[in-house]
Formats: sequence, C-alpha cells, structure tokens
Amino acid sequence: MSLLSPLAALGRLTQGALATIGRIALFAADAVSHLFRPPFYPREFLVALLQIGWFSLPVVGMTALFTGGALALQIYAGGARFSAEAVVPSITAIGMVRELGPVLGGLMVAARVASSIAAEVGTMKVTEQIDALVTLSTHPMKYLTVPRMLAATLAVPVLVAVGDSIGIFGGYLVGVNRLGFNPATYLANTRAYLEAFDIISGLMKGAAFGFIIAICGCFYGMNSARGAQGVGRATKSAVVAASVLILAANYLMTEVFFSA
Amino acid sequence: MIELRGVRKSFGPNHVLQGVDLTVARGQSMVIIGGSGTGKSVLLKCVLGLVTPDAGQIRVDGQPATTKGAGREAFLDRFGMLFQGGALFDSLPVWQNVAFRLLRGQKKRPRDEARAIAIEKLRRVGLKEQVADLFPAELSGGMQKRVGLARAIAAEPEIIFFDEPTTGLDPIMAGVINDLIREIVTEIGATAMTITHDMTSVRAIADRVAMLHGGVIRWTGPIAEMDLTPDPYVDQFIHGRATGPIESVR
Repeated sequence: MSLLSPLAALGRLTQGALATIGRIALFAADAVSHLFRPPFYPREFLVALLQIGWFSLPVVGMTALFTGGALALQIYAGGARFSAEAVVPSITAIGMVRELGPVLGGLMVAARVASSIAAEVGTMKVTEQIDALVTLSTHPMKYLTVPRMLAATLAVPVLVAVGDSIGIFGGYLVGVNRLGFNPATYLANTRAYLEAFDIISGLMKGAAFGFIIAICGCFYGMNSARGAQGVGRATKSAVVAASVLILAANYLMTEVFFSA
Repeated sequence: MIELRGVRKSFGPNHVLQGVDLTVARGQSMVIIGGSGTGKSVLLKCVLGLVTPDAGQIRVDGQPATTKGAGREAFLDRFGMLFQGGALFDSLPVWQNVAFRLLRGQKKRPRDEARAIAIEKLRRVGLKEQVADLFPAELSGGMQKRVGLARAIAAEPEIIFFDEPTTGLDPIMAGVINDLIREIVTEIGATAMTITHDMTSVRAIADRVAMLHGGVIRWTGPIAEMDLTPDPYVDQFIHGRATGPIESVR
C-alpha cells in the first residue's frame, strides 16, 4: 500500500459521489420534463399527497414542538451571558421559520418518506411491477415519479408552515411556563421581529427539500438492485442522499437568501 | 408476425444472446424452451423494448419494434404479458390490476365498464367475483398467476407473452393454467410466445417450439416433431437427462 492510497480512495469516493449527483440531476430533469406532458395521474397524486403530507404531520409536529422548546431554553441560557434574555421570543421564531423548521422537518420527512418511496418503488422494480407498468403502456416516470415529486414539493412547505407554528408554540410554552415570560409580551415580541421573508424563505426551502426527497426516493427505488438486500441498500441510500442534499441545499439557499 | 434477426445482448462479460433468429407467425403459439439463464426472458424483454438489444433487428408485422418516442404506447397496446411472478400491483385491488389498461391511456373506459370487464376476465380464468376486491397479497400463488393472466388478456391484445406461466404451481393448477392459455390463445386468435421449462406446458400450449441454447436458437419446429428431432440438445432437455451436451453445472 503506497502513501497515496488514501488519497486515491478519497478521489474515487469523490468521483463516485459526483457521478451519483449527476445521475440524480439527470433523473430529476427527466421527471420535470414529464410534469407538463400528459397523461396525468391525479389519483396517484392525491394518494401521494395524503401519504407524504397528512401522514407526516405527527412526526413533523412532534419534532417542531420539542425543537421550539429546546431552542427557547438554549437562547435563554446563551442570552443570559450578555443580559439578552429578552431576545428569546424573536430568535426562537426566526430560528424556527428560517432554519430549524424547514431543515428538521425536511430531515424527518426524508427519513419517513424517502425510505418509504425507495422501498416501495424498489420492490416494484425487483418484482417486475415496473416492467409490467411499461407493458401496460404506462410510463413509470409519469406514473410513479411525477405524482410523488409534485406531492412532496407541495406538501413539505405546508408541513414546514405547520411545523413552524408548532415550534414557535413550543418556544412559547417553555418561555411562559418555564422561563417566566409574560404571555402577551412573548407573543408581541415574536410578531414584532418576524418578517414575511423569513417565513417565505423557509417555505421555499421546504419546497426544495420536498423535491429532493421524492427524487431521491424514486431514483434509488428505480435503480434498486435485485433481492431484499438490493431494496435495503436502495432505501438506505435514498435517506442518506436526501439528507445530505437537503443540508447542502439549505446552505446554498441560505447563502442566496441571507448573505450579507 | 414477429421476426427477430441476429439479436444480440450482453451484460458485461455475459453474452446472453449471440445472434437469435426466430420467426413467429401471426396467430401461432410459439414456446421457447431452454435452461435457466440462457436468455429466454431477455429475449421477450427485447421484443417489448424493456431491454435494448446490442445488435440485430426485431420486427412486428414488418415494422421495427417501437422502443421509444411517438408510437410507443400504440405499439405496447398490442401486447399483453404474464410475468413469472405475476407482477401484480400491490397497492391496487385485483379488479384494478386486471382493468389497469382500461382505466387509463388510449383504451380508457368508464370505471363501471372497466370493472365489469375485469370481473368477466376473472371469471374467464376461473376466479369468483369476490376476488375482485381483494389485494394481491391476499391471494395464493396460483390465484395471483390467474389474475396476471386475466390482466394480460383484459384488453384483448394481438400478441401475448407468457413468462414461465406454471412455475411454482402444483400440477393440477399448472394444468388449469395450461388449458386456459391454450383456450385463450385459440379464442382470441392471438399470437403467443411462451417461455417455460415445463414440458407438460410445452405439449399443452405449443404450435411450434424453439430451443434457445448458447445464445442462439438451436432448434425450432412444430411440436409434433419435437420428440423426433435428432438434435442432442433438444433430446437431453426434453427428457431431462443429466448427461449430454448441455452441461449440468452452468
């Protein structure tokens, strides 16, 4: 083993990761190109909307509630070092809607939905159901990917909005009951420093994350290798890729929206 | 008529099809036999465009097989296929599986009519109406196969492919499926290509038989001549002998 072996391994890893990102991008472009061309499958879209949106509400809500509470405690403890305890309501609200709501919501939905899509589509692949779709004159991209992609892109911002509200409420509960804030003052400070663009940017992030989640789930599902192990690997890869891409996209979008 | 000329397909170093020439006449029931892993399923998938051949020509009624673009849907509308494992859609009830093509696309019918056709096709394959609202996971292997068969014939296609129609079934159910296939092919007047290892199926279904071995069609002829052919590969295969030109360790 030469001294350069670790570097070569790192190079191969990077090359592989970039190639995968390229393949996912091509897959996404193909899916988007099918978005506006008939036939459309409204029933599949509604089912996906229900699966991705409605059934993710509990996990997103719980995540947001505890995160909002923890955030309020942390800001209070940190702010106390320079006598800035009063910023708890505003920073909790801004932190939730700009960052934690979309990112944690996105990650929770990625864990729940990307895995489910990859496992479902992957199982369809290995049991020849996708081949069967083709022989029944149905394009798998239109029937499987487009409804899920559209549903996730629309549902995740709504989940983020709900998560933001619950997160702020979690901060409020902790702020008022644990940290001794006056309820009216807490709410007034939350409203006073929260701008419309803070909320809009979070929702835009949610839409992007929803898109990433559905595309990763479908991409890995459709490229699943044979057998239970293949489907398992596809599921794991979909969650990992969706999570990493969400975090990367979050950074890029934050740079675009808020860089000085 | 389906014509394959010099069809080749490799997966990495594995040269599965090495120049397949085969003609299936309109209305004929062709059964392709051959050992496991000899590329029989790949051959069917090449015709349907599910697998792209590396070389060669595939024509259906004189026209090149449409593997993409405009005309693809119309091309596929001519086919029905029974998959080896059934390939039923888990998320849909049985009747929607059967009527899948009738609920969407160019052959779309009103929902009630599609359901009525599905139930009629289920009856045709010996399944009761009560099965229509069950999900595929609630059915036995034999029932799933029959639902797959009902789906393959639901839109009355001109050409039907059967991939291992009796694999995994008990002899009685295999006999039922064989009889159904023969009846349906005769009744609809469809062109059929069947892949099987089951020699009982071959004798029940085939008008003609082709043996795929070593990536090429080694022998083809009418079913009546299959037992008389001096070809040692066919002889070994149809009699299930462990010794002969076909290696038992592959």
